[in-house]
Formats: sequence, structure tokens, C-alpha cells
Amino acid sequence: MDEALLRTLTPAVIGVLVRRGADFAAAEDAVQEALLEAVRAWPHDAPRDPKGWLVTVAWRKFLDATRADTARRLREVRVDAEPPPGPGEAVDDTLQLYFLCAHPSLSPSSAVALTLRAVGGLTTRQIAQAYLVPEATMAQRISRAKRTVADVRFTRPGDVATVLRVLYLVFNEGYSGDVDLAEEAIRLTRELAARIDHEEVAGLLALMLLHHARRAARTGPGGRLIPLAEQDRSRWDTRLIAEGVEVLQAALARDRLGEFQAQAAVAALHADARTAAETDWVQIVEWYDELVRLTANPVARLNRAVAVGEADGARAGLAALAELDPALPRYAAVAAYLHERDGDPAGAAHLYAEAARAAHSVPERDHLTRQAARLNATTR
Amino acid sequence: MAKYLLLKHYRGAPAAVNDVPMDKWTPEEVSAHIQYMQDFAARLETTGEFVDGQALSPEGTFVRYDGEGRPPVTDGPFAETKDLIAGWMIIDVDTYERALELAGELSAAPGANGKPIHEWLEVRPFLAEPATITE
Repeated sequence: MDEALLRTLTPAVIGVLVRRGADFAAAEDAVQEALLEAVRAWPHDAPRDPKGWLVTVAWRKFLDATRADTARRLREVRVDAEPPPGPGEAVDDTLQLYFLCAHPSLSPSSAVALTLRAVGGLTTRQIAQAYLVPEATMAQRISRAKRTVADVRFTRPGDVATVLRVLYLVFNEGYSGDVDLAEEAIRLTRELAARIDHEEVAGLLALMLLHHARRAARTGPGGRLIPLAEQDRSRWDTRLIAEGVEVLQAALARDRLGEFQAQAAVAALHADARTAAETDWVQIVEWYDELVRLTANPVARLNRAVAVGEADGARAGLAALAELDPALPRYAAVAAYLHERDGDPAGAAHLYAEAARAAHSVPERDHLTRQAARLNATTR
Repeated sequence: MAKYLLLKHYRGAPAAVNDVPMDKWTPEEVSAHIQYMQDFAARLETTGEFVDGQALSPEGTFVRYDGEGRPPVTDGPFAETKDLIAGWMIIDVDTYERALELAGELSAAPGANGKPIHEWLEVRPFLAEPATITE
């Protein structure tokens, strides 16, 4: 049984049922039943057209479930039960499913859960494990999400930016359990990119590939963080980097810059440097200038201050930092780094300790604490 | 999504506004209070925001390793000012504001005279897995 194939087909089959008029929750239930049947039947008798098989069975399941309603409904159903010819469908059902799962009426966490369930074909248990919540909690989140979009009709393509935001959230969750969410996000974004010709879809895909390429080098034993400058660059995945750069260049060539392309450009410049010292910080500052122009995101300004510190010296970096709100996440960590580079180890140690108290993750806190301890040891 | 621990204290937190010891409430008031807490948890289960929750006995003991071959050191009785945790609930919500909103609701559980007790609850974020992108 090819589980990957089933997961790839799931969204398209749900999409067909929804387009034929099934509401989303009923379509999803019917497809789940069809998948169970596939698991039972396919090992003995594999269909030549797996998608067609699933559509037919799922549609029958949907009809069975709704048959009880009324005689009128039954008549409609008989007429409708004739499957339309397979090839040559004008609309891409999977694509519409992406937009439905990222519908603006859903909260970010609901949109993420529904996308992983319906588009990704993951089980509720897998999603719950990945997010470290009880399965019952995730089941509720998903069924609420389904109810929220129950009345949403597929009429026109939705907002690409919303879909990208959801995929980006999935990517940033890291992984736990038996599903790697970063890889799942890349898989879904790849499929989206194959269906939709949009420069920011390509930009996000490039960004994910370029970051993912560095993942093996980002942590040491016990989950210890290794900062970019200290990473073993031979452990970066050159194949993913090459693909990311290629995707990015094609996107940039369209001359419609967006924030994901700009972030990917920064990531590409890091990936391109054979040593940390070879990093083209001047160009990175220029890309951050673009990013700040494109978004009101204060994190982009914070990152820009780091880049300015590398390109023009710590003093310039501190001057850029002084224009920002000290309440920003990681402000203290950036300030600590720049103060150390400016030759103020005592002040830097103090700031690193402050940053450690505000850290959002254990590896980050430990890393910052070690930085403070290192400086305190030299200044004693 | 982020997880938060809502901590309810026996002591150590500022006193509740409607500060009457529970044993001075009427049985109906006690039942109403417990029902409120249960309803609150049940509602969060339906919104997909509930992770876990338990009440704790006030009989806690601090324990410390005291060296090879020696029994651990335990401390007690407790000093009057020591913090004591009464119970906890873990929620998984979209925003910090939502965590504050829910803690506020939980703090409004009814107490003596059926009035909200307005107790202080501590909201503590969980340290998370590091985000994939931090560089």
C-alpha cells in the first residue's frame, strides 16, 4: 500500500466531492471511508486509475450517508451519481481545497490543522502528536474548522497570501511525533507551486528549501543551537540549496517582489557563502531594506540592524537598533551581540542574561545563557 | 499556537477580591464554584484549546538531594509566606491575549454569596520547540 500516494490523492478527491456539491465535512468523511476501503482492497486488486477509483468509492459513500434524507434527494442523487468524464477538468480541485482550508474565517491554528488534515492527508493523531496536544483536542479543533467552512462555496480562487501564511506557520512549527512538519510544509508548497503560477508561492518554496538545507547544521548534540557563523557548512544540503536558488531566481525574474522572495534572497546569500566571513552583508542589508519597505514587520527591522552591524560595523548596527522598540522579541539578544562586537563584554553579558530570561524556547535560552556565562568568565 | 500554564495558588498570590475561605461558603456555593470550573474546562475542550488540568493537594513537600548515601532532605512545615499551588490547567491558544482572556474568565469563578471570587491566576507561557527559522 502506497501511503504517500494516498496522501497525495486525498485532497483532489475531497475537492471533487465538494465541487459536486457535498459539504466539506461530509466530503472529508466519505473520503476517509474510501481510503479505508482502499487499504483493504488495493493490496489484492490495485486499480489502474487510483484517483478515479477513490472518487467513485468516496462519492458512493457520500451518497450512502445522505441517502436517508428524502426520496427527492434520492432521485437527484441517482442522476448525479453518474461520474463525469475523468480527464479535461477545467478546475483544479486540490487548489481550491488549499484556499478553503486557509479561509480567512478560520483562526490560524484551525487553518493549519485543517490544511494538514485535508490537503496533507495526515491523521488527527499525527497532527496532535506534532503539536503536542491531546488527540481529542486536535479532533475538536478540526471538526470546528470543518463546521466553520461548511457553508463556504468554491466560487473563485481565494487569497494566495492567506494560503502562504498557513504553509509558513506549518513550516515554522518544526517537528515532533512521526511527522516532520517542515518537510510536510515543503511537500504541500511544492504541490501548490506546481498548480499555481505565482511569484510569492515560488518565493516561499525557495525560502523553505534554503532554510531546510541548513537544518542538519543548526543543532548539535542534545538540541543545542549552533549559530549561523559557527555552523559546519559541509553539512548544508547543496542539492536543496541549488533547487532553492533556482526557484528563487525564476521568481525574481518576474520582477514582482514580495516578502517571501526578499527573505529567500537573504537566505540564498547566506547559503552562497563558503565561510561566514565571505557573507555578502552589504547585499543582505539591501534585501532587508526591501523587506522593511514591503512589510511593517518589526522583526525585519531587527534583522536589518544585525546585518548593518556586520556590513558597517557594530556602531552602525547599534544606531539602527536604537530606532527600534526595546520590547521586540530578541531585541536584547541582538543588542548583546552588537555590544560585544563593539568591545563592551560586561554590557553584553548583562544583555545576554536578560535575553535568556525572555527566550521562547529551551535551546534558545540555554544558548543565550552560555553566551552570558562565556563573557562573564572573561571579564572576571 | 502556544501553550500556557494557568496556575491557581493557595498562598503566595495576592488574596482574591471576594476572599472568604471555601469552608465558610454554603455547600451550594461550593458546588457552583466546582461546576463553573468543570464547565470552563469542558468548553475549552470543544474549542480545541484544552490540553490538561488537575487540582493539587495543599500538602506539598520540598525535596533536595543531600549527597551520596544520604536520604533526601525534606523541608516542612511550610513557612506562612510560602507559595502553594492549588491546581493548574494547560491551554493551547492562538494568542497571548486569548490566554489572558481565558485566565480572566477562570478567575471569575463564583464564590461566597455567588459572587465571583476574582482570584489571581498566574499565566505562564511554555518554552516551546525552537522555530525552524530563527536565523
